[in-house]
Amino acid sequence: MTTETLGPRPAWRLTWLHARLTFVETVRIPIAVIGNLAFPALALLFFVVPQRAVAESPLYATAAVVQLGVFAVMSTCMFSFGAGVAEDRQLPFDPYVRTLPAGPLPRLAGRVLNGVAWSYVSVVPIVLVGWLLTAAALTPAQAVWSVLLVLAAAVPFVLLGLAIGYRLSSKAAIAVVQAIVFPLAFAGGLFMPPEAFPRWLDLISRALPTRALRDLTVQMVTGVEAYVLALPVLLGWTAVFAVLAVLAYRADEGRRFR
Amino acid sequence: MSAAPVVEVRGVRRTFGSVVALDDVDLDVHAGELVGLLGPNGAGKSTLLSLVSGLRRPDAGVVRLFGGDPRDARSRVALGTTPQETGLPPTLRVGEVVDLVSGHYSDPMTRAEALARFGLEHLERRQTGGLSGGQKRRLAVALALVGRPRLVLLDEPTTGLDVEARHVLWQALRDYHADGATVLLTSHYLEEVEALAQRVVVIDRGRVLADGSLRSVLDLVGLRRVLLTLPAGGAADVASLPGAHSLGARTTAGDDERVTVLASDADAFVRALVERRTPFRDLEVRGASLEEAFLALTAAQGDGRGSGAPAQDSARDQERNQEVSA
Repeated sequence: MTTETLGPRPAWRLTWLHARLTFVETVRIPIAVIGNLAFPALALLFFVVPQRAVAESPLYATAAVVQLGVFAVMSTCMFSFGAGVAEDRQLPFDPYVRTLPAGPLPRLAGRVLNGVAWSYVSVVPIVLVGWLLTAAALTPAQAVWSVLLVLAAAVPFVLLGLAIGYRLSSKAAIAVVQAIVFPLAFAGGLFMPPEAFPRWLDLISRALPTRALRDLTVQMVTGVEAYVLALPVLLGWTAVFAVLAVLAYRADEGRRFR
Repeated sequence: MSAAPVVEVRGVRRTFGSVVALDDVDLDVHAGELVGLLGPNGAGKSTLLSLVSGLRRPDAGVVRLFGGDPRDARSRVALGTTPQETGLPPTLRVGEVVDLVSGHYSDPMTRAEALARFGLEHLERRQTGGLSGGQKRRLAVALALVGRPRLVLLDEPTTGLDVEARHVLWQALRDYHADGATVLLTSHYLEEVEALAQRVVVIDRGRVLADGSLRSVLDLVGLRRVLLTLPAGGAADVASLPGAHSLGARTTAGDDERVTVLASDADAFVRALVERRTPFRDLEVRGASLEEAFLALTAAQGDGRGSGAPAQDSARDQERNQEVSA
């Protein structure tokens, strides 16, 4: 019996394998990517660039670029992970892959890597439009911080996406993700700065992960201080989403084959 | 065989809601065997394979794969299975899917070897969504073998293939088995199991009905149904005539009884009926299809005190005759 001495392949190699081929699969249906890439950049182009008062103010322009950047990351993670996981689960290939000699980690990690990778891709058009057509500007240090912030923005929404994707069927997941992404983005001040909110909306907004993320990001790149509870709110939601994702994944193991 | 079995299934029960998919199933598969799991649709074959491949957990009982829990990835390092043909990622190229699977094994075949075994080498750059049904089926089986697994599980490997493609695939499986691998395949085609398997396990309604050599199981399923009307009380006599296998359904009408006899040799049975001047009328002989034979056998078993334990053929006949005469 030689199998007793053989283990599964190293997890990092399998993670890379899954990440690479998931990336290839995504690239080959480019319309899914283009939608995510184009929408936030178009929003910047149509709603921010023509308002010269905003576009010519380094402060407001940078904040606007950052807000839409957060939105781009959120929608990329939620759609590719929420709807994407639910879709994958419905293919017979998914149970097949689970019979291969590897635990769930390489596939999940491969998916997270893809979410992060596509998050970076999704902010490129916004950064280009912001850089070329507005007064938005970053110092080199701020630019480095932004690269890390994309990661911080991706994680909670990847987790929320996984929680939805493992819980619901594909059609339901798409609907739920849509119903979550746009209200969260709007109420979190990603489309319209929170300074323009009525007081009651501003209060609700401060409890949302999108608002917390937006304010923290804006603080990082413009120096405008975030509200005191922003970081706890963001971390709290990240923890909640992590728990929801784990619970959904476990429930899925038992329910999938009914 | 002294080595531990490759697959060990002990007292396994699995239900889906109110449906009992497997009920107290025992099965051992030893290294080098080529076992056919035969049964009608919905018999529990695929559920059994999914337990062995670690996809599902039994509600009761134990499943071991190479001596370990199949849900542990370490137990699956020498396992190969097939995706359903419709389940290949449509945008990936054939070569990429092969790489994805072979990357999980420590000593896989090369892309070229895996594809060549199934005549797919010219399709390496094709996206799987563009393959024909038969090509997808062959690729699915190639994926089961690409990691050089020592145990291959195949669920209905040739469903939907034309005759020629089926024979090509059978040959590839025989070749792989000849290299020393263990193969467990399901089918509802008797022909397929006849062509490949040395040992046959018949399963229906979640129970193992028979487990034995191909020959003995063929005898069991190669039954005819002989229907005849007898005076009441004559059924037990005819059940012991030459060629009779067991009694099936019986319905009483007045003084007469309409009896179904399952006959392993219908000609001998009818000859014996005539020689003994049995007062029968309305004789009918019908071929029992595989599925009918299963249904008749399971129905008969359900009437008595059938325990669902794997019955060896001779023991089974005896038990059945006792049931009938009791």
